[in-house]
Amino acid sequence: MAVETKWTFDSETVKQWAEKQEEPSWLVNKRLDALAQAEHLPLPDPDKTSLKRWKFTSFEKIDAEEPATQSFSDLPQEVSRLAGEESEVQNLIVQRDGKIAYHKVEQELEDNGVIFTDIATAVREHSDLVEKYFMSDAVRTNEHQLTALHTALMNGGVFIYVPKNVELQTPIQTIFWQDDVKTGLFNHVLMVTEANSRLTYLENYVSFTEEEANVNVVTEVYGGQGSEVKYGAIDNLESGVTSYVVRRASLAKDARIEWALGQLNEGHTISENTTYLMGDGSYGDTKTVHVGRGKQTQNFTSDVVAYGKRTEGYILTHGVMKDNATSIFNGINKIEKGGTNSHSEQTGRVLMLSSRARGDANPILLIDEDDVTAGHAASVGKIDPIQMFYMKSRGLSQTEAERLIIHGFLEPVVGALPIEAVKTRLAEVIERKVY
Amino acid sequence: MAGSTLKIQDLHVEIEGNEIIKGLDLQISGGEIHAIMGPNGTGKSTLASAIMGHPSFEITQGSVELDGEDVLEMEVDERARAGMFLAMQYPSEVTGVTTSDFLRTSINANREEGDQIPLMKFIKKMDKQMATLDMDESFSTRYLNEGFSGGEKKRNEILQLLMLEPKIAILDEVDSGLDIDALKVVSNGVNSMRSDDFGCLIITHYQRLLNYIEPDYVHVIMQGRIVKSGDAALAQRLENEGYDWIKEELGIEDERVGQSQEA
Ligand SMILES: Nc1ncnc2c1ncn2[C@@H]1O[C@H](COP(=O)(O)OP(=O)(O)O)[C@@H](O)[C@H]1O
Ligand SMILES: [Mg+2]
Repeated sequence: MAVETKWTFDSETVKQWAEKQEEPSWLVNKRLDALAQAEHLPLPDPDKTSLKRWKFTSFEKIDAEEPATQSFSDLPQEVSRLAGEESEVQNLIVQRDGKIAYHKVEQELEDNGVIFTDIATAVREHSDLVEKYFMSDAVRTNEHQLTALHTALMNGGVFIYVPKNVELQTPIQTIFWQDDVKTGLFNHVLMVTEANSRLTYLENYVSFTEEEANVNVVTEVYGGQGSEVKYGAIDNLESGVTSYVVRRASLAKDARIEWALGQLNEGHTISENTTYLMGDGSYGDTKTVHVGRGKQTQNFTSDVVAYGKRTEGYILTHGVMKDNATSIFNGINKIEKGGTNSHSEQTGRVLMLSSRARGDANPILLIDEDDVTAGHAASVGKIDPIQMFYMKSRGLSQTEAERLIIHGFLEPVVGALPIEAVKTRLAEVIERKVY
Repeated sequence: MAGSTLKIQDLHVEIEGNEIIKGLDLQISGGEIHAIMGPNGTGKSTLASAIMGHPSFEITQGSVELDGEDVLEMEVDERARAGMFLAMQYPSEVTGVTTSDFLRTSINANREEGDQIPLMKFIKKMDKQMATLDMDESFSTRYLNEGFSGGEKKRNEILQLLMLEPKIAILDEVDSGLDIDALKVVSNGVNSMRSDDFGCLIITHYQRLLNYIEPDYVHVIMQGRIVKSGDAALAQRLENEGYDWIKEELGIEDERVGQSQEA
C-alpha cells in the first residue's frame, strides 16, 4: 500500500523527541519498533470503503507549542463553552494539540486514589501501569499502519485509573482540541477500572478550521471484574480533518460498559468501536448517532465480540445522511465458541435526506455457539411523506418538521448520554450539522 | 358574521387515476357545525385529506377557498397557519418527539417570529386542556402517538385542536374506537371550542357522536358526492333507519365510490 508522504519521521527524530519528554525506555523502544513496522504495514481495510486517496499523514510535525497559560479564562470561548461554566467544572482536562490547556480534578479523585492525568505525565509517573495496558491487548501496534503510527507518534491523551471498589460520583471530562493543522494529533485515552469500580466519562474532539489535518485516536478501556463504565463521546472535527478513530473495551467477568457516541466529524472518518466481552456475565451496550453531510465519506464499524458465557451485547446505530455524503455502517455481533447463553442484539437505521447521499447499513451476526439468542434489524429509509403531511398540517414548515423528525430519530442516543449538559451540547452539534 | 368561511366548489379528487370525489360542494362558516355521514368507502377521508393537502391525492377539478383565498395553491403548513385543522383518522407516529415538544413547536409555528408562547403559559394551557380531555399527565412526555391506543390517538388529536385553536376544523372519525365515556370527553372538548369564530366539519359513520355534539347541518355522502343535506333530524333518521332509504330514493345500488352508475 502506498504511503503518500515523504517520510519525515525517522527513528532518530522520534527517539530524540521521546527522550526529550523523559519517556521510560520501554516506551521509547516500543515507539521505535512501531515506527519500523509502520513502514511496511498496510492501511486498515474497512469494509466497502477504499482508503487509497485518504491522507492520513499529511501533517508536518508532532510536537505542538505549549499553551501560554492553563487558565480556564484563556481558553477560546468556542472551547470553554463545551465545558460549561467554570464554576461547574468538576474533573476536566483540556488539551490543545495534545498539550494541556486546562486541568482540574475534584478532591473526590485524590481522596480515592483515582488517577486522571495527561498521558505524557502518566508514562513518567505511572510507568508500570501504563506499560501493562498501553497498545498491548484491546488495540495492538501491529494491526495496521495507523495503529503502528499511533504507538510511534502518540502525542496527546489521558490516563484514567479507578482503583478497586471506588464508585466515582463526579464525571470525568476531556476536551481534545486540534488547533494547529500542521501538527498531527495522535491521541490516546487509556482507561483502567479495577474491580467493582464505577466511572462516567465524557470526551469531545473538536477543531475549528477547514484546513487539511490529521487526527488518529485510540481509546483502550480495561474494565475489571464487576466494574461499570459509562463512556460518552462527541466527535466534531472540521471538514479538512481526515481521522482514524478506534475505541475498544475489554471486559472482565460481570463488567459493563455503555457507550454513547456522537459521531459528528465533518471530514473523512474511519471509526471503529469494539467491546470484547471476555468475562462471563459481561455486558456491552453501544449507541451511536451519526450525521453525514457535504462530500464527506465515512466508515463506521460497531463490534461486540462475546467470549464469556451469559454475556449481553447491544448495538444501536442511527445515522442521518445529507447532501453528497457517503457512510457505511458495519455492525458486527460475534459470539465465539464457548459463549453459551449469551444474547446479542443489533439495530441499524439510516435516514436519507438526500437522493445524492449514500448510506449502507450492514448488520452481521457471527455465531459460533448454539445456545445463544440473537437478533438484528436494519433499515435505510426516507422521511415518510404521510408523517411529513401530518406534521405540516399543524403548521410546521418542511424544515421545522424535518428538524423534529431528525431530533426524534437521533434521540435514542442523545438521550443515553450520561450528563444533561452534554446532551444539550450534542443536540446543538446535530442542529448545526443538519441545518 | 365573525369567523372564517371554507368554500368547496365542484371538487373532484383522484388517487392513482381513480376519481374518488366527484363534484362536491360544501360551505362551512364560523359558528357552524357540519356533519358528513356516510358508510365506509364513500370518500369521507379522501375529502378531508384532499382539503388539507395530503400528498397522495390529486385535485383534478373545482376549488377550495378560505375567506376567498385559494387553499389549493397553499402548502400544507400554510393551510394550517391560515386557520385550518384536520384531526386525522390515522395519525402518524413520530418517534423521539414528545407530544409536548411537538405541540409547542406547532403553536410557535402559528405565531410570529418574535411572539413565541412563553413556556409557563404553554404548560398551563396544556395542563388545562389535558384535564378537559381527562388525559393522564404522562401523555405530554410520551413520544407523539407512538404506542398510543386507538382511543389515545383520538384524544391526542382533539388535544391538538384545543391547543391550536383553528378557525375551521375537520374531524375525521374522531369517534371510532371510543367507548361511551371517552366519547363524552372528546365531545366536551369539541364543544368547548364552539363559538362564532369556529367552524367544524365532523366526519363520522355513526350518529352516536352527534348526540353529544349537535350539528347545525348534516350531509350524506355517497359515491363521492353529497347526496342529501338536512339538519340534526337527518342524522337521527339515519340512526333509526340506516342508509337504504336514501339509496332507494336516489336509485343508488352501491354507495361506495368506483362502482358508479349514474343515477
Ligand atoms: N391511499 C389510497 N390508495 C388507493 N385507494 C384509496 C386510498 N385511499 C382511499 N382509497 C379509496 O378511496 C375510496 C374512499 O376511501 P375513503 O376516502 O377512505 O373512504 P371513507 O373515509 O369514507 O371510508 C375507497 O374506495 C378506497 O379504497
Ligand atoms: Mg375514513
